[in-house]
Amino acid sequence: MKNVFFPPAVSLRFVPVWRRNLLVWRKLAIASVLGNLADPLIYVLGLGYGLGSFLPQVDGVPYVAFLAAGMVCSSTMNTASFEAMYSAFSRMHVQKTWDAIMNAPLELDDVALAELVWAASKSVLSGLAILAVIWVLGLSRSPLSLAVIPLLPLIGLAFGAIALAMTAMARSYDFFMYYFTLGITPMIMLSGVFFPLERLPAAFQAVAAFLPLAHAVALARPLLLGHFPGAFLLHIAVLLAYALAGFYAATVLFRRRLLG
Amino acid sequence: MAVLAAQDLRKSYGGTEVVAGVTFGIAPGECFGLLGPNGAGKTTTLRLCLGLTDPDGGSVELMRHPVPGEARTARVRVGVVPQVDNLDPDFTVTENLLVYGRYFGLPDQLIRGRIPGLLEFAGLAARAEARIQTLSGGMKRRLTLARALVNDPDLIFMDEPTTGLDPQARHLIWERLKHLLAEGKTIVLTTHFMEEAERLCARLAIMDRGRFIADGSPRELIARHIEPHVVEVHGDGVIEWADREGAALASRLEKSGDTVFCYAKEAAPLLASLSRHGELRHLHRPANLEDVFLKLTGRELRE
Repeated sequence: MKNVFFPPAVSLRFVPVWRRNLLVWRKLAIASVLGNLADPLIYVLGLGYGLGSFLPQVDGVPYVAFLAAGMVCSSTMNTASFEAMYSAFSRMHVQKTWDAIMNAPLELDDVALAELVWAASKSVLSGLAILAVIWVLGLSRSPLSLAVIPLLPLIGLAFGAIALAMTAMARSYDFFMYYFTLGITPMIMLSGVFFPLERLPAAFQAVAAFLPLAHAVALARPLLLGHFPGAFLLHIAVLLAYALAGFYAATVLFRRRLLG
Repeated sequence: MAVLAAQDLRKSYGGTEVVAGVTFGIAPGECFGLLGPNGAGKTTTLRLCLGLTDPDGGSVELMRHPVPGEARTARVRVGVVPQVDNLDPDFTVTENLLVYGRYFGLPDQLIRGRIPGLLEFAGLAARAEARIQTLSGGMKRRLTLARALVNDPDLIFMDEPTTGLDPQARHLIWERLKHLLAEGKTIVLTTHFMEEAERLCARLAIMDRGRFIADGSPRELIARHIEPHVVEVHGDGVIEWADREGAALASRLEKSGDTVFCYAKEAAPLLASLSRHGELRHLHRPANLEDVFLKLTGRELRE
């Protein structure tokens, strides 16, 4: 067995693969944007205004304004995860698109990078769509909320990279269900998306310190509510670490799977 | 100067040596055929040559670049027609060629300039905007061939290019491949159609259990490994005839089901004997590559 642990060997050749995915997306763009928007919008409106009407203020703001940051982050996370799992798995395993690409002068690592950047790109669109709704509804009026925009690709890269590593291990689509039910769903509950983290028992808060979504929310919520996030370098570093470690793990696992 | 050279290539999967020490070189403009039963190691050999998997031993030089070390550079001048269809189902015929050309770093303008010629070559000019799902198997195969030519490669690998095609489609592909050879392209082809190998390849290697067990031109292989005449005999009592008369008259006999294959330098004595046995039917034909293949790799099923 050859050494598969060397660092990712990527090149700019990943760009045409990214463009391939963009061309497919453009054919289905409207349906795709609507699909990405509908789910978080239902949460913002349903939970935010519905449940929010029963609640006093949360952390000093109306519940719907509190929820907005959680929705931006979780929607970005979901889009990146779906794309890097279901869609990338289709291209790798079902359609054999990757096999065709790798007969051209590209390496597997280029293809993996293209998938990661594509998943992040698509997730940025999702996040932007929710941000637009938030601004239109007047849930955030602070100019600081603009700083959420550069945060979106970082969230997309972190979750796209983790999801790619899952794809590299998946034998079928069923595998992704485990990741969602055992990984993503509990993480949403422990990351301050729906309610403040401080309400959780200390043990859960300790777990949250390791969850990328918690760090994303910790950055997005203050920015949307108009104040500067504390410990922002730490939060950025954690998201970056997940992106880098996830991508490295994905390349190693893909090499083992496809280049053996 | 070889466009492809492999030295003592080895690759194992799960303790089985799938490629067990293969050495060969391919000169520019040559059509080299790699023949072998299913599971002989042909596809793995191609993957090793393309740098898609690392050898456990030995070395490959593709377009004068060491592979897999410089595979990315080596593949710039190489085209591949894979065994399974992996055209992009989300795209039209033209988009498939455009997107594939971009993978080689070619500018859109250059690719768009090449597309009409490629479609013409593949007999798909009328289907330029067709979706992949609407194409027949033969059309998909031709489009895959056109796709492999989008970078104007010097060397083209083809893994069983006509498997699953009807005779019309197969003959069209053969005609196109001859065209490419006339243009000076080099082709490496795996197949288990002997007719295909005999028609196209100037040189072949027969592979079995990871090794090359014979190589040469089709004529050389036939001359070297097999008697020139084959008489196939079948009918009631053929086994008795074979034991009593055939065995003595043929230099070699093979029984397969209800048919006896007699290989001989001279067919006349066999034919004379058969003329006295009206109950037996026979076919007399010159020996071909398939006879060589079956002699060397055996008649039993492989999978």
